[in-house]
Amino acid sequence: MITTDILIIGAGPTGLFAVFEAGLLQLKCHLIDALPQAGGQCSEIYPKKPIYDIQGFPEVLAGNLVSNLMEQIKPFQPGFTLGERAETIKKLADGTFVVTTNKGTEHSAPIVAIAGGLGSFEPRKPLLKNLSDFEDKGVAYIIKDPEVYRGQKVVIAGGGDSALDWSIFLADVASEVTLVHRRNEFRGALDSVEKVQQLKNQGKINLITPAEVTGLSGGDTLESITIKKAGDTPEGIQLKVDSFIPLFGLSPKLGPIADWGLEIEKNAIKVDNTLDYQTNIPGIYAIGDVNTYPGKLKLILCGFHEATLMCQSAYQRIFPDKKYVMKYTTVGGVTGFDGSKKEAPKAVVKKIE
Amino acid sequence: MSDIKINITDREGVTHQVDAPTDMNMNLMEVVRAYELAPEGTVGICGGMAMCASCQCYVNSAHELPEKSDDEDAMLAEAFYVEDNSRLGCQIHMTQDLDGLEVVLAPES
Repeated sequence: MITTDILIIGAGPTGLFAVFEAGLLQLKCHLIDALPQAGGQCSEIYPKKPIYDIQGFPEVLAGNLVSNLMEQIKPFQPGFTLGERAETIKKLADGTFVVTTNKGTEHSAPIVAIAGGLGSFEPRKPLLKNLSDFEDKGVAYIIKDPEVYRGQKVVIAGGGDSALDWSIFLADVASEVTLVHRRNEFRGALDSVEKVQQLKNQGKINLITPAEVTGLSGGDTLESITIKKAGDTPEGIQLKVDSFIPLFGLSPKLGPIADWGLEIEKNAIKVDNTLDYQTNIPGIYAIGDVNTYPGKLKLILCGFHEATLMCQSAYQRIFPDKKYVMKYTTVGGVTGFDGSKKEAPKAVVKKIE
Repeated sequence: MSDIKINITDREGVTHQVDAPTDMNMNLMEVVRAYELAPEGTVGICGGMAMCASCQCYVNSAHELPEKSDDEDAMLAEAFYVEDNSRLGCQIHMTQDLDGLEVVLAPES
């Protein structure tokens, strides 16, 4: 069981900044995120796109904003459970919560802050009628352990970075890699595109474009797929395969959080915006894009503000009898749990003769 | 500058005629959201960067639309339920020329 003061669900910019504000109050945080890396949408969807409305940054790339936030919260040593989705929540008799992920990891905290953005990112599945029959029996949407594919005949579908990168990687692992895409053009980092071209020329990647996977067949496990090339006969090509990996990106779904007994409106969690962004369940807060209230704006800058007020309220919930006054970082400095201390340099007082 | 009329058929098959301003730098995805013609969180997920295809729609009228950018073209190449008349709503800006535009929202995927 992982224990912490504030359990944050979602490691996007809002969740990350909450770690900083909590740290100033000497509260520890642990974050859960379904994605394998921190940063949420900023890392997953648009790391190379500029943002122009972060206070004090005339322009910052989304990916750089995330690395800056990671640097900013480092002294507060947050814990991470990445690549796992928060599945269930249980309130214990002592008022603390236990949140369990889809992989069974348990987390306990007196405060839960949902900073889940638009939800957890789920793979987008192609429209093939018996696709679900072969899930984990030859069909996978996420590559967890590439070694699984050693010596296999693998077909990857998609035209973005992940389809390109995994084709390149598996070219050395699998016995045969076929990449299928609806266009001749790929959108990805230039060197990935060039590398695939190279591997194709060397016969290490079998490229089929413009084409689509139109059917799957097999018994208990996937045995072959049908690939239809544009302009070809309707029957298409039959290809014997061990694994089919469609990589069409991820789309966010609110998911299990919707069943936690929270008040939901417009795919978002209703919170008290007059006070502290608490939900209808005391001790559970919702901050950032995942919440809604009159006048809500889904902006990172608003998420930062919400995270700050949430932490003050969380502190009072945990320590109802403690007197506390907010302190400016310029005055109080930043004292990390790692023993580090940042503070404003002392002014020099010296007589001029 | 004045408002134009746009006909939008939602994912339930209901057609709505809505007024779209041409002087607010709005795109079709934003018009759909402004009139709440699809539930929040199911349209315009990436915010309008042509990076998610949640605002895909089929254009059924003969209006001349701006050409697809490489980004839009590449995104549609990876989207589902794509037809020849598919476009990303976020890439269609509201201009006077689009008065009477008829679009159908593509299914959620």
